[in-house]
Amino acid sequence: MTATLETPVETTGTEAPQRKRTLWPFKTAPIRVFAPVAVFVLVIAAWAASSHLLVPEASRFLLPPPEAVIAEGLLDPMARNEILTALWNTVQVALCGLAIAIVLGVLFAVVMSQTRWAEFSLYPYAVVLQTIPILAVVPLFGFWFGYEFGSRVIVCVMVSLFPVITNTLFGLKSVAPAEHDLFTLHGATRFQRLWKLQLPAALPAMISGFKISGGQAIIGSIVADFFFRQGVPGIGRMIDVYRQRLATEELLTALLLSSLVGLCLFWAFDLLAGRVDRMHGKR
Amino acid sequence: MSIDPALAFRGTSLTFANGTRALDGIDLEVRPGEFVSLVGPSGCGKSTMLRLAAGFETATAGAVDVNTGHLGYVFQEATLLPWRTVARNVELPAELAGVPKAERREAARDAIERVGLAGFEKHRPSQLSGGMRMRASIARALTMKPELFLFDEPFGALDEITRQHLNSEVGNLFVRDGFAGVFVTHSVPESVFMSTRVVVLTGRPGQIAADIPVPFDFPRDPELRYTPAFANLAAEVSAALRGAKQEAAA
Ligand SMILES: Nc1ncnc2c1ncn2[C@@H]1O[C@H](COP(=O)(O)OP(=O)(O)O)[C@@H](O)[C@H]1O
Ligand SMILES: [Mg+2]
Repeated sequence: MTATLETPVETTGTEAPQRKRTLWPFKTAPIRVFAPVAVFVLVIAAWAASSHLLVPEASRFLLPPPEAVIAEGLLDPMARNEILTALWNTVQVALCGLAIAIVLGVLFAVVMSQTRWAEFSLYPYAVVLQTIPILAVVPLFGFWFGYEFGSRVIVCVMVSLFPVITNTLFGLKSVAPAEHDLFTLHGATRFQRLWKLQLPAALPAMISGFKISGGQAIIGSIVADFFFRQGVPGIGRMIDVYRQRLATEELLTALLLSSLVGLCLFWAFDLLAGRVDRMHGKR
Repeated sequence: MSIDPALAFRGTSLTFANGTRALDGIDLEVRPGEFVSLVGPSGCGKSTMLRLAAGFETATAGAVDVNTGHLGYVFQEATLLPWRTVARNVELPAELAGVPKAERREAARDAIERVGLAGFEKHRPSQLSGGMRMRASIARALTMKPELFLFDEPFGALDEITRQHLNSEVGNLFVRDGFAGVFVTHSVPESVFMSTRVVVLTGRPGQIAADIPVPFDFPRDPELRYTPAFANLAAEVSAALRGAKQEAAA
């Protein structure tokens, strides 16, 4: 008997098909670009039409048409600088809060995944994080921690922690029983099981959690800023100021740019999710 | 026989915490150079026997003796970690045991070669066919240099041709290494083709209904499946299995 088995190997059945050459040079399918762009155009058109056709001239300032928003919110250097500076402050707070929420959330989830005792005693309070009315908490945090960066970050952490915890915990527990058996068979330590099996398996679920938390953190940052009315102003304060001034163009610009930031964050995580899915052989 | 059994069930029973009686008074010895197939109605405790041998479960009565530290276990699914390449999957047991990198790379390369997957080391499981994934899974078990090799319906999900290929290949490994093999299957021909003995279990709780020796020499030619002697033996196993099922229904 030879040492090596010589039967020919079957050909692979699921090799990724070669992509066809077309005029479209990007990886993303055209429909993924054109479909959202079409919706965007429709929404803008509907907005413009409502503003020009439905709202009487005298109250048009309540719903200014898109071109007015661009002219007064984006193209006017004063307004633009004001909005972008404020937005940058808001984004810094949000990113910092998100980063802390990710670290803390994953840590909590890992602890909860290791002992039922920890899960049973901590999980209800993780849910409470989600149900506390943030509007009531913001002023309290102002009293306790002041109105500057740190205090705002705490608000962001609070609103973005829960999705990280639940998704990570779900991911850590989603490991197939046979995979656990494999690690048991080979005498894996608790840490090896966590590091080489549970965390890699949880990664896709964790990133879904981060996606949700990203949006939450930005909202948290805006809400804290809006209600603090003190400290370095962010976009929340500017929104309040524009509201009082009836500066609808600026208000809409602030709103749209804030959403855009959230969208970018979401995309960034989506990109990461794509990489992880490829690593897991899912795309 | 004077050789010590690699695996021995001695009056082994297992009742799960929820009250399910999976096995009842199993007595079975498997020695090096023996390849025992377990067949029986589904849910009769075949997997449970392997799980006891691997130490995943503990007997509630009787004993399970395993006289080797070199245990190979092939699961029903290939159970490869999707984020690891074939090579890194095959390396996993040694990695968990703290074997130095160079050494475990080497061992993995050997095992991969032995199952005919050379050239696929860098592939991820999702890029392989079902048969190739199972080969990788066998390679991973081979790195343990198994003296007791447990297979839990490993080829159930494969097409017939691939399955027969892999039957012969596991046979070749058996001939070369002379381990003690336990192979769970629900295919009667497969059980006869693979083994030196076919053990038929009754329905739950599993008890041994028949223990049928298979006299054919190794290595076995795939054409063996179409000889009258093979057909007779398969018929005998089949009849025992039917008897076992009726008993379960009664
Ligand atoms: N952990 C468990 N808890 C309770 N019942 C179980 C457990 N594992 C298996 N069983 C039950 O024990 C019986 C035998 O299972 P198994 O050994 O997997 O059967 P099979 O012969 O099909 O491999 C089945 O009825 C199954 O439902
Ligand atoms: Mg089974």
